[in-house]
Amino acid sequence: MADRSDLVLDVKNLKTVFFTNSGLFKAVDDLSFTVKRGETLAIVGESGCGKSVTALSLMRLVPDPPGRIVDGSVLLEGTDLLALNETEMRKIRGNRISMIFQEPMTSLNPVIRIGDQIIEAVRLHRNLSSREAKDIAVEMLRLVRIPEPARRAKEYPHQLSGGMRQRAMIAMALACRPALLIADEPTTALDVTIQAQILALILDLQKELGTGLVLITHDLGVVAQAAQRVIVMYAGRKVEEAGVEALFAAPRHPYTRGLMASIPAVPAPGVAAPARLNEIPGTVPSLVRLPKGCAFAPRCPLAVKRCEAEYPPLTDWGGGHLAACWRAADVAEVA
Amino acid sequence: MSKMLLEVTDLRKHYPVRAGVLRRQVGTVHSVDGVSFSLGAGETLGLVGESGCGKSTVARSVLRLVEPTSGQIRLDGEDITHLSKTALRPHRRSMQIVFQDPFASLNPRMTAGDIVGEPIAVHGLATGQALEARVAQLFEQVGLRPDQMRNFPHQFSGGQRQRICIARALALEPRLIVCDEPVSALDVSIQAQVINLLIDLQKQHGFSYLFIAHDLAVVAHISHRVAVMYLGRIVEIAGKDELFRNPRHPYTQALLASVPIANPLAKKLAPLVDGDVPSPVNPPRGCAFHTRCRFAMERCRTERPVLKGNEHQVACLLNEGTGRGQ
Repeated sequence: MADRSDLVLDVKNLKTVFFTNSGLFKAVDDLSFTVKRGETLAIVGESGCGKSVTALSLMRLVPDPPGRIVDGSVLLEGTDLLALNETEMRKIRGNRISMIFQEPMTSLNPVIRIGDQIIEAVRLHRNLSSREAKDIAVEMLRLVRIPEPARRAKEYPHQLSGGMRQRAMIAMALACRPALLIADEPTTALDVTIQAQILALILDLQKELGTGLVLITHDLGVVAQAAQRVIVMYAGRKVEEAGVEALFAAPRHPYTRGLMASIPAVPAPGVAAPARLNEIPGTVPSLVRLPKGCAFAPRCPLAVKRCEAEYPPLTDWGGGHLAACWRAADVAEVA
Repeated sequence: MSKMLLEVTDLRKHYPVRAGVLRRQVGTVHSVDGVSFSLGAGETLGLVGESGCGKSTVARSVLRLVEPTSGQIRLDGEDITHLSKTALRPHRRSMQIVFQDPFASLNPRMTAGDIVGEPIAVHGLATGQALEARVAQLFEQVGLRPDQMRNFPHQFSGGQRQRICIARALALEPRLIVCDEPVSALDVSIQAQVINLLIDLQKQHGFSYLFIAHDLAVVAHISHRVAVMYLGRIVEIAGKDELFRNPRHPYTQALLASVPIANPLAKKLAPLVDGDVPSPVNPPRGCAFHTRCRFAMERCRTERPVLKGNEHQVACLLNEGTGRGQ
């Protein structure tokens, strides 16, 4: 962690729990990370690993009840979001920190015109006349490369295609020039050619505006193409963190390694496709009944006695490459 | 090629669009618009394309789960396109389907064992202990424990539910299994388990798959041949390695270039196409892809290209109908 003044977001020991009928579970457990200005941090993991709850925790949008943030701090440009009351938080949400969701159709209001939804977001945070706000809305739609932005601003969400709706969501999220943008599976609901367009757009705008980006995804391809740093989560905890090149070159956690080996690749010239995919046996454990030690131990080919008894601490393997595994030193040797 | 198990010729499925008080037909969705392909015994044909390209409609038409508007479907040489429900029933044994969502395709009020045993009972192939033994055997084949037969679907994880769906499809020893996005709803680590299972089962039993998915990497891994669909038509069809290494149709090239590669050192994403897929209600005249194609010529707007070639077929007017090699 270099220069602290460069930090947009500094999350320390975040812990979000849910109280359910089957018991209490820790959706996010002791999670710490930082995001610098203009940096893209990817959070990757499978369903139930806590990546979306992390996003909602940063936005203070965890439904309470049943959920609650019980510990930690979320410093956005030096302000602890967890210490704010709801009125103060509302001034920051959508202004300094905003979010794009997976399904644009369910996050846009179907009975309000696209332009008016952006105007609403802008005027909520900035003291502007409706004419000025309207200009900004059209400008934002142009920025996200929607053709004929002035005409599109007058349309309703159902008149736009899925890709266009996601562009409109991005326009709305960036309208106030936030310091941090959270994108929760922003391209998962889109077709692959549209996904490539949207991803390229998000990255271009981020570079242009200097926004910090937290990109939440399950797709390692998206991670490799978009992120500078990556956090791998498993069962509510960060199990590995590294620069994207270091992570893909030499993953330290057996879970990360297993994930990478289990995805099929598109055959490329000169690359022989593996005959068989590597499986990770078993399934993701239930968060209500987590094992005492490492949550991945029951599925891990390297697990030893100690893994079942003690949770491994996050250890730095050099260059900010963190891994929480007792056998991290041996991972590289086991292909 | 040996004798074909499945031959589809010029399949079309059009849906009427109705509007107004009188529900007059105001348009037609050309969901599948002249698709032909064949599938050999023991072969896997992958069908890829973006949403709305008609790949699922092809899958369902093949099984006669939707009635095709025109065209012909031959299973094992016999034309099943117009068979009545009763006449079709014996053929249903030889073709089965696995759907995308294992949560929606299992009856929550039946035990897993009853779900897998039902097709056997319906076709009167076994009863009582023989049925139970067969179901137990199927459970083992798909990697479930026979003692899980008494559990209900909600007691299984997503990957296990998809295994139940696969066991149900296997129950009648079909010759063709249509897989409609069978792993799309699963987590990455579970996806690999199910793909490996499907490949292993094919090796043991020798049936054919018509494998539909939007994930090119998954299709590439499991298929022998791959067909690429765009707006209701097949634009390119070839052996897997040939298609991925030497894509000829500009759409196939754009599709491949859009896949994010899980290697940070590999080339960065270069979207080769702009814009969205046009509506299948009024698909563009000529080549359906010309509105987004980088190489579109005047001819492409008026002339509809047909699939040309032998092993590697492509429907593109570029370079005398061979598409563009990159």
